[in-house]
Amino acid sequence: MSEVKFSKEHEWIKLDGDIATIGITQHATEMLGDIVFVELPDKGSSVVKDGKAGVVESTKAASDVYTPVSGEIIKNNQSIVDDPAKINADPENEAWFFKLKIKNKSELDSLMNKDEYEKFSKESGS
Amino acid sequence: MDIKKTALNSLHKKYGAKFVPFAGYEMPIQYSEGIIEEHKTTREKAGIFDVSHMGQLFIKGTNLLAEDLEKIFPAELKNIQINQSKYSFLMNEEAGIQDDLIITKVKDGFNIVLNAACKNSDFELLNELLENKYEMNLSDDLSLIAIQGPEASRILEKTIIGVSDLKFMNGNWFNYLNENIYITRSGYTGEDGFEISIKNKEAEAFVIKMINEGAKLIGLGARDTLRLEAGLCLYGHDVDINKSPIEANLKWALSKNRIISGGFIGFEKIKSQIEKGVDKVRVGIKPEGRIIAREKTIIFSKDNKNIGEITSGTFGPSVQGPVAMGYIKNSFSKIDTKVFLEIRGKKYPASISNLPFYKKSYVKGANK
Repeated sequence: MSEVKFSKEHEWIKLDGDIATIGITQHATEMLGDIVFVELPDKGSSVVKDGKAGVVESTKAASDVYTPVSGEIIKNNQSIVDDPAKINADPENEAWFFKLKIKNKSELDSLMNKDEYEKFSKESGS
Repeated sequence: MDIKKTALNSLHKKYGAKFVPFAGYEMPIQYSEGIIEEHKTTREKAGIFDVSHMGQLFIKGTNLLAEDLEKIFPAELKNIQINQSKYSFLMNEEAGIQDDLIITKVKDGFNIVLNAACKNSDFELLNELLENKYEMNLSDDLSLIAIQGPEASRILEKTIIGVSDLKFMNGNWFNYLNENIYITRSGYTGEDGFEISIKNKEAEAFVIKMINEGAKLIGLGARDTLRLEAGLCLYGHDVDINKSPIEANLKWALSKNRIISGGFIGFEKIKSQIEKGVDKVRVGIKPEGRIIAREKTIIFSKDNKNIGEITSGTFGPSVQGPVAMGYIKNSFSKIDTKVFLEIRGKKYPASISNLPFYKKSYVKGANK
């Protein structure tokens, strides 16, 4: 399995062959607060890099989730739909959002590694 | 304009507050435990709310003042007891709500608690309506602290002897550190509780005392989920200048005698709305499943007609599901009527619900 990469929209992505697992970062959950609702892209649907791929809602507001790479959704995580609190509890492991078959691996090149993301999220403060 | 801070600002910071600007004030939306935990703390134990941004207006006068205020407000003010509080409205001639407020009769006049966003305009308007006849003071020196929840009474009684004897919607003076402070039994969470008017310089030490006795600081985020579960309106959202108390389903807050005898601003409109009915009315709305309907969500009928709009909606931590309020055409306002909510381009089923969504069951524990 390759290293975890991060997007400026606060998603993480883990690649295993040509299957990517995607979720939102710990930092994102801290900004959002308690998550009480999540909507995920349907299995079989196609998503485009930086396009909308779901919604998370806290008690306060709704926020879009974006996909850091393009591909076809092969699985979504029903357990976080049934219990969105899992996202706050373990956002970067158990509470992954969806898995997709990646279309173009070069889309990963523009993403950040862990150190770069940590620096980015500290500096942007958002 | 500079953002204002309450006397508790540094204490909020110390407890990990995330701040938001609210009506010109820097207010805590939540602390480190988060909105859901804070909500549950208030429902199960006791929460402390800094509501010092709200206006505390004092008007001095006697019977004449009560008479003059009855020309403005649709509340019984001449004939109520000293220390009794009334929830009422400042309306325009069209019965549009300019503010909702709590009026308490005191020995030397009336205390009125106003919404933060309206307090300065309310002051100007009231001064004008009262023709500058009375001494009016919109306090800058006082904080307002609410303590709410099933343990609020027990906790506050330790510091303020006798406070647990107060009846709901009544107030009184109490001794605290050799000073008189005014406390009412009231709140906006659907829980038992108190609102304490205390000098700014004493506020922080007082709140620390409450924390040491077991209460926790609660932010505006949980205040919103609590009041929404309790079916209470948020000014500027569920009630505003374009809605009347009748449309807002708040007729209970209008004095029974006064809606017959009249003589207050907006009476003609209120009378006609009571007689002829209204086109739109505020209702509770319960979305099916987990989908959350936010403010401005459009409500549709089964046959796809636009019949109303959500004015506030969130996830109710005690209800453990989504809750909302909104205005709907009167003919669809019956409890359990099926409606549809358009959220992100899709329509989701919901039904008209009784308010409040959360009702306190006052069970006295046997094993205390």
